[in-house]
Amino acid sequence: MSDMEETEGSEGQVTPRRRVIGTPPPAPRLLGSTPVAEDGDSEAGRISDEKGTGEHFRGQLPVDPASEQHAKRAEKVVAACFIFAFIAGCGFIAAYVGLGVHSVDKTLRSNLALGTSLGVTLFALGLGMLLWVRHLMPDVEVIEERHELRSDDVDREAFKETFIQGSEYSQVVKRPLVRRTLLLGTLPLVAAPLVLLRDLGPLPGTYLRHTVWSPGRRLLVFGTNTPITPAEFSAPGSMITIVPEGYTDDPDELVKAGVILIKFRPGELQIPTRTQGSTLIGTMNWTVDNIVAYSKICTHIGCPVALYEQTTHHILCPCHQSTFDAATGATVIFGPAARPLPQLPMTTDAEGYLVAKSDFTQPVGPSFWERG
Amino acid sequence: MSTGNLEVPKPLSGTGGWLDDRFHGARGFRVLMRKVFPDHWSFMLGEIALWSFVILLLTGTFLSLFFVPSMNEVVYHGSYTKLNGIQMSEAYQSTLNISFDVRGGLLMRQIHHWAGDLFMASLIIHMLRIFFTGAYRKPREVNWLIGVVLFTLGLLEGLFGYSLPDDQLSGAGLRILEGVLQGIPIVGTYLAFFLFGGPFPGHDIVPRLYILHVLLIPGILLGLITAHLFIMFHQKHTQMPAKGNTEKNVVGQPFFPYFLAKGGAWFFFIFGALVVLSTFAEINPVWLYGPYTPLAISSASQPDFYMGLLEGSLRIMPAWEINGFGHTLTLSVLIPALLPLGLVLGGAAFWPFFEQWATGDKSYHNINDRPRNAPVRTATGVAVITFYGVMWAEGANDVLADKFQIPLYTITWIARVLVFVGPAIAYFATKRICLGLQRKDKQMLLHGYESGIIRQMPNGEFIEVHKPLSEDARAVLESKAMPALLPAPGSEDTNGIPAPSGRGVLGKARARANRAFAETIVVETNGHGNGHSVGNGHAAAVEAGDGNALVGSPPAGTLPDGTDGVPEDPAGS
Amino acid sequence: MRQGDARVSWFNARRRRPVAGYTALLLGLVVAGLLYGAFSHTGGTAQASAPAASQSDISTGQDLFESNCSSCHGLEAQGSTQGPNLIGAGAAAVDFQMSTGRMPAKEVGAENERKPPEFTAQQIYQIADYIASLGGGPAIPDAQQVSTSGADTTLGEQLFSTNCAQCHGFAGSGGALTYGKDAPPLTESTPTQIYEAMLTGPEAMPVFADGSISPSAKRDIIAYITQTRVEPNPGGFSLGRTGPVTEGLVIFLGGMGFLVIIAMWITAKRRDPSTTRTE
Repeated sequence: MSDMEETEGSEGQVTPRRRVIGTPPPAPRLLGSTPVAEDGDSEAGRISDEKGTGEHFRGQLPVDPASEQHAKRAEKVVAACFIFAFIAGCGFIAAYVGLGVHSVDKTLRSNLALGTSLGVTLFALGLGMLLWVRHLMPDVEVIEERHELRSDDVDREAFKETFIQGSEYSQVVKRPLVRRTLLLGTLPLVAAPLVLLRDLGPLPGTYLRHTVWSPGRRLLVFGTNTPITPAEFSAPGSMITIVPEGYTDDPDELVKAGVILIKFRPGELQIPTRTQGSTLIGTMNWTVDNIVAYSKICTHIGCPVALYEQTTHHILCPCHQSTFDAATGATVIFGPAARPLPQLPMTTDAEGYLVAKSDFTQPVGPSFWERG
Repeated sequence: MSTGNLEVPKPLSGTGGWLDDRFHGARGFRVLMRKVFPDHWSFMLGEIALWSFVILLLTGTFLSLFFVPSMNEVVYHGSYTKLNGIQMSEAYQSTLNISFDVRGGLLMRQIHHWAGDLFMASLIIHMLRIFFTGAYRKPREVNWLIGVVLFTLGLLEGLFGYSLPDDQLSGAGLRILEGVLQGIPIVGTYLAFFLFGGPFPGHDIVPRLYILHVLLIPGILLGLITAHLFIMFHQKHTQMPAKGNTEKNVVGQPFFPYFLAKGGAWFFFIFGALVVLSTFAEINPVWLYGPYTPLAISSASQPDFYMGLLEGSLRIMPAWEINGFGHTLTLSVLIPALLPLGLVLGGAAFWPFFEQWATGDKSYHNINDRPRNAPVRTATGVAVITFYGVMWAEGANDVLADKFQIPLYTITWIARVLVFVGPAIAYFATKRICLGLQRKDKQMLLHGYESGIIRQMPNGEFIEVHKPLSEDARAVLESKAMPALLPAPGSEDTNGIPAPSGRGVLGKARARANRAFAETIVVETNGHGNGHSVGNGHAAAVEAGDGNALVGSPPAGTLPDGTDGVPEDPAGS
Repeated sequence: MRQGDARVSWFNARRRRPVAGYTALLLGLVVAGLLYGAFSHTGGTAQASAPAASQSDISTGQDLFESNCSSCHGLEAQGSTQGPNLIGAGAAAVDFQMSTGRMPAKEVGAENERKPPEFTAQQIYQIADYIASLGGGPAIPDAQQVSTSGADTTLGEQLFSTNCAQCHGFAGSGGALTYGKDAPPLTESTPTQIYEAMLTGPEAMPVFADGSISPSAKRDIIAYITQTRVEPNPGGFSLGRTGPVTEGLVIFLGGMGFLVIIAMWITAKRRDPSTTRTE
């Protein structure tokens, strides 16, 4: 670091450079710091010189760095950086041509080779340019004057006059009828872009109120798409993802109709009979053999609420940690969800497979204004 | 020194002349070449965002040559054999192709995503730098507003971009977007259906987001960035307080060749850093997430970090919903989605004008403030950072719970408390720290710095010798502008007319804000710089504090006993 | 040193250098690590197939059970306040819990973590046979049941992402549950252990009995898990396979941090070469 104490007087004379930690750094040595005239007008631009000489300097910046020997060394280093960049760049092209992909391992190899060569090229170029600036270019500090941003009053007046004159010629001030009807005429055009967006999509209608679950529709295990009987789902603590028969490949419907099926030990499942208004929304009658079906769509914002903890019988949504108690009708016990998961009315069909008794009795998924 | 035997090479002068004949460019380009750019590392942060944007454009163009923005279902049979036979959208399939079947494709994908993250990260740090140094003040308010808009657009651009591959993780994010839209009163379901072209997920969202992501938003970003840079060029950059730097000059190095070379080097370093990250740090491995299906979800599902504020606010919110008259107002969704981000961005946009209103300061500012010299601003900034940080951490609460073995709900409860208490504590502590640092500056100005030299006095006492500050250091410390006090409410002029600015609710609020902004440590430097004589007699330092209804304070020494009549509070205020 | 004994060995000449200290430390650490690795109790991997239960196995198992497990699980495995009833739990549950080292539990708490097993595979089978003899329950799968050859990773991916990923993470790197529990990473489980876990639903994990996820579907899931965890990361280091959280950390600490340092270098004040030398 530089010295901490300078003797006053002639430049270039420097005293030994011990510096105590914590002391502020001293004045930087400014090499050839001479002010330069401001933009544009090369004749004018007499600026106040901080050195107090009041003179107007031009063209006296040092062109060559102070130490030629240092600069020669720096030149070699910079050149080496650029040559290295060239080699790495060629390596990049070679890697591209030589290394194929089409498998995970080969992609790894190719990515590594291409990335390393490209990275080295870029860093070498950057390093070279940086060293060039710092060690080859002479250190200068230049002062430029800021011009006044505010237009002067003469200009402002002239602007006002021209504007007023133009307005007067246009007659727009004297003829309010023209003005107002112009505004009126353009109003529909302003609304037109919004109107044109109407066909972006259908109206929601009652789409969000219903799912495809209907009486007798079988519950299928997602993935294998096979129906399931209570006997096959008899191990207490079981959980599985369910989709409605006939819609296993329809994401637009699955995003509402997905169901989580849970098996409880005898006595654990205690769903109280609940109504909302006159609609029944939860009851033990909708369960089969201590098996209960809830909507898998979180009532907060609609992520699949999928984590099931067998020991606590909590259903946890991983998105925002809404937690539902599966034993008591998926009531909310933590988190931002405001409503329990709707329960799917369930029974068995003639062959013993689990089927829906009806659709959900309330809209599934996130709340919306018209939900009620 | 002399340019004697150097001539402009013929090709350059020939072409240059041809262009100048048509465009009158000589003077303008000369101005550009000589333009002075001040040199401070924190001035380079905005350029990180600029060059990241350029890299995003370059890599994005490459990707757009291979990406298929379609949600048509296909069955995969390609290089990533583990997923052979799975149904997926063409968008996802084309992403797998880019990753595994296009040479350099994975590298370009990763550079693109890392550059997007770096763009947002550098914007945050850049905005903080502008804020803490007060560089948004007159004449740069418009540039600040452009910046806030750029940040918001960047958020959207990133969200749309990482949703394009239609993978499990980003698909869950789109589901959350749809759920939030749906919850908006009155128009929510319509907005959701119009955006997605029907029910979620539909077939339209990826192609629509694609055109927003590659055409509309980048176009707006390009225009705004150009405006942002042009304004900065025209108004000239601010500079840090230093000896020789005044409000009327810019000190630094000329654009040609210095800043050009440094800017070029900076571009290569940024690009290089991104490439190194893309070689050694995997980002967005969509093949591990799998194609989007509506019934699958993973633990640790977070959006990219810049959406962390929104994610955390959704997780922190307790359940709150109002049902009535056949309608549902889901506050659990609306408050988190609109309030925190609205506060931060709206507050940011509003702040320059609020500060002007509170301080009554209408002058030009081309010298940056040291953060300690603007305690209210700095404290507010740190409070906002704390708020943002708590929300951001809460957004990662399940990852934190898993990695640090903290119960999940405990983290949320801590965040619920900390999101209110944290910013308050941060504000108070930061303001006191700023004032403390100002006191330290005052000490340095009056007494010099501790030199580490211990001297023994004749009477046996040891003292540490203080040396006077160098001119440069003194200039920096003295650069603090004294905030002006507006007339306090209730104060009257000589005719008994009360001050108009202090009237009404707004006026009183303004006066309170003004007093808070004006709290500062005053230093009088009467040229007593070199050490001080032991005992009283040197210029009194006045501390103007809250609750002081005087209009400013009388200058030191006006009272007969040499003091100023304001009791010096030993405990500090 | 005596007069004339001018030469010092290479080693002694460098003994006092700073780097010597670091080298010694490094050497010590390496030796300690190697010794630990050589002598530490490595976890026994559960065998793919258990030998058929014999009467002597069952009685040995009973002895082992009574001396090691009954304090929590009761002398007749009927359970107590400390541990659940094991009648009907099945051999698969015993094999899973004991081969992953979860049992014997070191404390009664929120959940038990994987640790090196305390019993040999033989002993575990014997205890498993004993428990199975008490009340039946899921059996230990044989080698063919957990073999992944010919498995369909497509179905495995679908089932894993809808039934497993929400707890264990999209790549099996684990995840948080409530009240201090967590779903462990799947990096160390053997195919048998994965099968057994699905079958028996240990601790908070739900049960995926053969009626809902068939044995062949279980094999598909196992194939997906085992293939994913050994798959290389073509994009570089995986950052934990936890998604954007770690990516955000890296861009701030790594990306921005590095670039800020470079910016400080670019704009650092130049040292005047002519004054930093004594000339």
